[in-house]
Amino acid sequence: MCGNEALAESAIIAGCDAYFGYPITPQNEVPAYMSRRMPEEGRVFVQSESELAAINMVFGASATGKRAMTSSSSPGISLMQEGISYLSGAELPAVVVNVMRGGPGLGNIAPSQADYFQATRGGGHGDYRTIVLGPSSVQELVDCMPLAFDLADQYRMTVMVLADGILGQMMEPVVLEKKKGRELPPKDWALTGAAGRKQNIVRSLWLPEGALEELNNKLLDKYKQVEKSEVLCEEYEVDDADIVVVAYGVAARIVRGAVSRAREEGIKAGWIRPITLWPFPTGQISRAADEFRIFLVVEMSNGQMVEDVRLAVTGKAPVLFYGRPGGGVPTVDEILDQIRQLTLRPKT
Amino acid sequence: MMKTVFKRTPTLKDCPTHYCPGCGHGIAHRLIAEIIDELDIRDRTIGIAPVGCAVLAYDYLDVDMVEVAHGRPPAVATGMKRTNPDKIIFSYQGDGDLASIGAAEILHAGHRGEQITVVFINNAVYGMTGGQMAPTTMLDQVTATTPKGRSAAEQGYPLQVSELLATLPGTIYIERCALSSVAQIRKTKKAIKHAFDLQLEGADGMSMVEVLSPCPTYWRMSPTKAMEWLENNMTKVFPLGRLKG
Repeated sequence: MCGNEALAESAIIAGCDAYFGYPITPQNEVPAYMSRRMPEEGRVFVQSESELAAINMVFGASATGKRAMTSSSSPGISLMQEGISYLSGAELPAVVVNVMRGGPGLGNIAPSQADYFQATRGGGHGDYRTIVLGPSSVQELVDCMPLAFDLADQYRMTVMVLADGILGQMMEPVVLEKKKGRELPPKDWALTGAAGRKQNIVRSLWLPEGALEELNNKLLDKYKQVEKSEVLCEEYEVDDADIVVVAYGVAARIVRGAVSRAREEGIKAGWIRPITLWPFPTGQISRAADEFRIFLVVEMSNGQMVEDVRLAVTGKAPVLFYGRPGGGVPTVDEILDQIRQLTLRPKT
Repeated sequence: MMKTVFKRTPTLKDCPTHYCPGCGHGIAHRLIAEIIDELDIRDRTIGIAPVGCAVLAYDYLDVDMVEVAHGRPPAVATGMKRTNPDKIIFSYQGDGDLASIGAAEILHAGHRGEQITVVFINNAVYGMTGGQMAPTTMLDQVTATTPKGRSAAEQGYPLQVSELLATLPGTIYIERCALSSVAQIRKTKKAIKHAFDLQLEGADGMSMVEVLSPCPTYWRMSPTKAMEWLENNMTKVFPLGRLKG
């Protein structure tokens, strides 16, 4: 299955009640698949008039306690930022998939990782966080979906699955199965009609003095809990490495190939792959920097995650960067060359 | 022997109002509360408050309510109704919310024939932000952003949203009412009740009642004068009556 269809089916298995979306390349297989499968399951599919409307439809369904999602690509995700800010203020769960393409502006339709800042810094206005998952294979994309819904419900947050055009379009064999999810708190805040109880109000406006500060601090406590409990990260041969390459998503797959070849050449190289981009694996990277080694960050952008790596390394080691923006995809050879140069190996 | 001839309806909360003297929102809130109680649907109704003066509508209406981004109530209502067809979903929106920033959302909710009830309060200004021009501001009307009065050449004509929406096959009932007199208020209640009734029956499409409502503060008039101005001037540009259904 291609990544886009696989993530859609995985969302259905994860109990997604409603999908709302607007066409945009390179994620069009998601709404097309959902338009067929959701009605078969007796669930809701609506093609919205815009990404603005799509995220607000998610807001509406989520406010009634349903599991709702949308998907889009970079320019469309920009339009959704208003809604994500409101979802965050109202503490509503939501799952948003961004199959990234090149930007800024209309950019192009080639794969990219240029929305890292937008995804991990909140993107919309106000003091909030979204959980960001960065899968690097179609199987991992599939596995991200039930996790995203569970995290969204557990913390009442927006969870963004940050994929890219390659992952969305790429075909790989996948295992799709229903797994036991997390124990989740009851949605006693949901709007269901005030039958036999006091009215429920879902809101993000807090005018009285100190009221919004109180909400912001409540959100902060929640975000701290997420940072403590939900970091996911994978690493390979870091212990003896002179150079550690940090990359996520599709870029991490290419890095894996380059690091293996470097090892074959006798270069002590390893890699770290953040799976949650927020919360970021700051602790893991910081620990790796306790012994002197070079860090190389590889991204399909002109350098965004590299800032988080620098914040984690806190000057203990040099952090260098190699990136290809605008739809460029770094090759194994390009990354291997960087590794050789940084470890002072002559070109072969 | 004392006899109660007028009392608060249960769905209207017993609390002080934040609305200005002579504002129409209080009347419109009360009408909705009365209708919810008369139809006995409090336990299955979800309301949507707009951005604008009525953003705090949930402080007055004792039903499950949500407050959403400016202009987006019809999209939020779509998400709610599609996933909860047994619930009664209504949005309460002002002219800035519905006719300006949310023009796309109301048009497409109507276009898709969403089975929701929309109460559209048209008072020809942005009240909450200080009386700026709305799409429905009358020609020559002085507002905070039309100091010389609205001119057709500069700012366009007042937007007649109800007429526009009535052309869509997806809308089943559109009526324009006014809160300018006791008789008109009674007609308004009848219209809003009909819009709720249609949703209760599962009628196939969107219902909207436009309510011309006074804003004495930003019309710079006394409450009584505002009622007269509404009846004598606004209804000429926004004629009352049933446009569809």
